[in-house]
Amino acid sequence: MNLRRYLKVYKKFLHTSLASEFEYKANILIDFITAILSLIGSIFLLSIFFQNNSSIGGWDFEEALIIQGIYTILNGITNTWFNPNLTEIVKHIREGTLDFVLLKPIDSQFFISLKKITPSGFLEIILGFCLLLYCIKINQININLSFLILCFITIICSISILYSLWFFISTTTIWFVKTWNATEVLRSFLYIGRFPLNSFSLSLRIFFSVFIPLAFITSIPSEVFLGLSQLWKILLEVFVSIVFLYSSRKFWLFALKFYSSASS
Amino acid sequence: MIPNLIKRKIFTLLKVQYSNMLEYRVEIALWAISGIIPFFMLNIWTNNDLNASINMSDIMLSRYFLCAFFVRQFSVVWVVFSFEEDSLMGKVSPYLIQPLNPFFRYFAQHLAEQITRFPFALIIACFFFIFNPESIWIPNLSILFLSIISTFLSFLIQFLIQSIVACICFWTEKASSIERLLFIPTLFLSGLLAPVVSFPEYVKSWIYLTPFPYLIDFPANLLSGNATNISGGFSMQILWILLLFPAFKKIWSKGTKKYTAMGS
Repeated sequence: MNLRRYLKVYKKFLHTSLASEFEYKANILIDFITAILSLIGSIFLLSIFFQNNSSIGGWDFEEALIIQGIYTILNGITNTWFNPNLTEIVKHIREGTLDFVLLKPIDSQFFISLKKITPSGFLEIILGFCLLLYCIKINQININLSFLILCFITIICSISILYSLWFFISTTTIWFVKTWNATEVLRSFLYIGRFPLNSFSLSLRIFFSVFIPLAFITSIPSEVFLGLSQLWKILLEVFVSIVFLYSSRKFWLFALKFYSSASS
Repeated sequence: MIPNLIKRKIFTLLKVQYSNMLEYRVEIALWAISGIIPFFMLNIWTNNDLNASINMSDIMLSRYFLCAFFVRQFSVVWVVFSFEEDSLMGKVSPYLIQPLNPFFRYFAQHLAEQITRFPFALIIACFFFIFNPESIWIPNLSILFLSIISTFLSFLIQFLIQSIVACICFWTEKASSIERLLFIPTLFLSGLLAPVVSFPEYVKSWIYLTPFPYLIDFPANLLSGNATNISGGFSMQILWILLLFPAFKKIWSKGTKKYTAMGS
């Protein structure tokens, strides 16, 4: 019953935010072109790296494209849901409108994380899937049910890790009101996710596995995609994503205790 | 008398904007941190010996990317986003009455932000030298002077391009999507992620006619002491400014006639 209510509310969210987004139709078109160009640019950069080398960090060009595809899908999801909503938290806190969210008879995290939607990210998700399909063809991966299930599980896990990271950073604004750019820092670190992690030096690799778990966000799903990943890595990814989701939830509830409303 | 007045105007604008920016120190520090992508790129290049094919030693390449970081730090432009917000909120109306083009205000804002950012960029550079002590070098005074000028010219080109895009707000209300579109070629072609010399021939044949390599690649090469065509670079930078400035003046005078004073 509760679930049905939330679904109904979400439908309303979708309706209102899509309506307001479609007011600027030319904008959506330009965003589509941007998404296509951005993918072309990344592949161009990757091709520069592979100009005179057959592999970097143990990944061939064809295999590195898989990482690119997964990154594009995740980036699309970030642009569609995380970015528009979670940057809004900062605004809510600065202007004191978080009060209205907290007063509503609905979970505040649900409201804050899903209120808005930017349709232009959809194209990126589609482009990412197309790239992955192309990769299946050129890497001659044979698809079976267990492969699909494993891919699905790891992608879901990386989405939840990504979401938790965004949510973590955005939540900290309850203490440091003015840090809108914190999400920009996260964005620039996540940018590295489009390259094979093995191509970095050891210290950076450790940094990107522990502090910003890029290893779990793009590397393990790509390895699963290639059929290279061991079972323990997948289990670890599931475990890490559960920890991240759980702690981001706890962190939000903890942070709310410190929320002192502004200008009201 | 008149020059004195102009001098006072400029001085007051800068002072006001600088104190304004000092209020947002943490934000500017975070913004500086979010610009460290060139260092990650350097790590990929040197860790995989990709620079062997472009005849650039590790040390020269690390200096190149450090300079690219610096040039980027002092040529970031966000006038579209400020102007779009101001014009959507109707804040442009009072500015238009004043005997001062509102873009001077934004220009002072950017300069003030660069002054605030300078110490943070230096701190990041110090960290870079701690990790890469062998790449320390002291550019001679004339080179330093020239590269500061070319960085400023690069900033000017980007400021003019964005101001032209910002003026499109007069017609379409939202222009930031066009800026995001233009940012893609800037990101991939300016030399921020890979030096332009490493680009494949089919790109190198036309890229030097576009403004992109003069935004980061040229000033960074100049400052880091890599081979570059100094007089050619400067003349292309000036040529682009001479092309863009009349275009901006034209679109501004046309746009202000179109202005509908939204929100007021």
